[in-house]
Amino acid sequence: MAVDGIAAPRRAAPRLGIGRLWYRVKGSPLTLIGAAIGLLVLIVIIAAPVLAPYPPDKISLSARLAAPSLQHFFGTDEVGRDLFSRVLFGARASCGIAFAIVIISTVIGSIVGCLSGVIGGVVDTAIMRLMDVFLALPALILAMALAAALGPSLFNAMLAVAVVRVPAYVRLARGQTLSLRNRTYVKASRSFGASPGYLLRWHILPNALSPIIVQATLDLGGTILTAAALSFIGLGAQPPTSEWGSMVSSGRNYFLDQWWYVTFPGLAILVSAMGFNLLGDGLRDMLDPRLGGR
Amino acid sequence: MTAADGDSLLEISDLSLEFRTYRGPIKALNGVSLNVRAGEIVGVVGESGCGKSVTMMAATRLLPEGSARITGGGIRLFGSDPMKLSERDLQHVRGRLVSTIFQEPMNALNPTRRIGEQVIEVIRRHQRLDKSAAAGKAASLLRDMLISEPERIMQSYPFELSGGMRQRVLIAMAFSCEPKLIIADEPTTALDVTVQALILSLIKQKARSTGTAVVFISHDMAVVSQLCDRLYVLYAGRVAEAGTTASVLAAPAHPYTRALIRCLPGLAPPKQLLEQIPGTLPDLLDPPAGCLFRARCREANERCVAVPPLAAIEPARRAACWRRIEETQAA
Repeated sequence: MAVDGIAAPRRAAPRLGIGRLWYRVKGSPLTLIGAAIGLLVLIVIIAAPVLAPYPPDKISLSARLAAPSLQHFFGTDEVGRDLFSRVLFGARASCGIAFAIVIISTVIGSIVGCLSGVIGGVVDTAIMRLMDVFLALPALILAMALAAALGPSLFNAMLAVAVVRVPAYVRLARGQTLSLRNRTYVKASRSFGASPGYLLRWHILPNALSPIIVQATLDLGGTILTAAALSFIGLGAQPPTSEWGSMVSSGRNYFLDQWWYVTFPGLAILVSAMGFNLLGDGLRDMLDPRLGGR
Repeated sequence: MTAADGDSLLEISDLSLEFRTYRGPIKALNGVSLNVRAGEIVGVVGESGCGKSVTMMAATRLLPEGSARITGGGIRLFGSDPMKLSERDLQHVRGRLVSTIFQEPMNALNPTRRIGEQVIEVIRRHQRLDKSAAAGKAASLLRDMLISEPERIMQSYPFELSGGMRQRVLIAMAFSCEPKLIIADEPTTALDVTVQALILSLIKQKARSTGTAVVFISHDMAVVSQLCDRLYVLYAGRVAEAGTTASVLAAPAHPYTRALIRCLPGLAPPKQLLEQIPGTLPDLLDPPAGCLFRARCREANERCVAVPPLAAIEPARRAACWRRIEETQAA
């Protein structure tokens, strides 16, 4: 029948497989660099014990503050620990914690935000004003205050930064919910007898997700910086742990004569934060519905 | 009035409704009465903003709860007042007893889910069927909509389908729970003309074969005349005229209906400018007194400063126009 052929696509369009993803990423070298850095960080986190030539806390007093060489790619610190190994293991603390923070705050933030948007009324107002209070204070100061109040440790620093990050996701998820709530397909679903919980699970959360994912990726970079900053001022990871922020902190005493001590952990922070920002920017461009499925 | 029949599915009597805005209440409906009986196709016609969609959305309580307020009259949907139903009962009524086909097929499907999942979900919400039985039913519903390879379409995402295909999927969804009543809110407005005829005939066939009543909302007299058994012509939140399609088209009683029919290209002589209805809808924030069509009516006279009632002018035929009421009384 002539009618049948009109609209049926000849061949199912490629799904979000590797090929399609590659096609999209190919056009943007910066995204590719970001993705490569992200991948590198992931590999380092997982394979640090294999990749590192020395244990991160192996003291070697005969090789204190040695310059970069073939034995010690990044040189050594004031008690002769290999900085290359410490930077590799530092990825676990610095980036691992950033992942944890972003995941915690994304999950909590988007659930609270969607609920707030769906429930509306007094509950919504109360939640949003509370979030405004959090947003009114500078994030780093608030994180510092929280971390200091909880006591200096890596876990508490993580908790503090996660709390500070939540409001951004709440606002984002709520905004998405409000705009999605009035879409025709949500109305259509209601006209077919869907319950509010179903609407939230099935229609609102999945469609609100892509801006949230973008925000989360963009936040990874900033979170690495914040976590490193807390450790730098001594509120995060404590000395024996290898963490980039605290390494920069102890290295700054030797900056004038032993440049490598601060430089390499600092570069690690710079490169990983930049990598995640590039990746986030790229993802935003790809997931932006206004650009269509290019 | 024939509305007293026992099998009346939807009965709206003298419904008035307003939207609260910062400039004051907009009186969107000013005493609309209409009824739909089992198995018939009823057209609701009028230009944009005259209250067609609002009336039907009010009937299924799909209007935003905070802003719309019913100020008079009542609705009986399957014998109960939808405004008084609990959320649970409302969910049962929607979908199982009455479902809606919306105007924009492009936005009426969730972009992140496959077509099949969405159709199956609606089926399983109201019927006890396992996944594969529901999938079979979805496929046969889609096949009824002249979709040749339903299995493949069910694996697709909405963005892979054209507007006409999506609207057919939505019609299949609307019929999937075998409702007694379907509200089709301008289902062909967003589609191009070639697909329009197909969609209309699909709705009509399916409704006739399942005995489903359809309320067909449209601004297009031509479409309505092909499809509907009875017509309601709405103007500015009031029923201007009601009757069987044939009788209304053959001898439109209300000047507004006559003007709407004159606007049709098919009935006008070729190479002549189509007629327009002069003026626009009255301001519903502050509606003028009397007949609301008065300002645009060629036949208006001093009687029209009073609101004309919707009076029977023939058996099963009503109009709200003083001129016709006088003629009927004189006869």
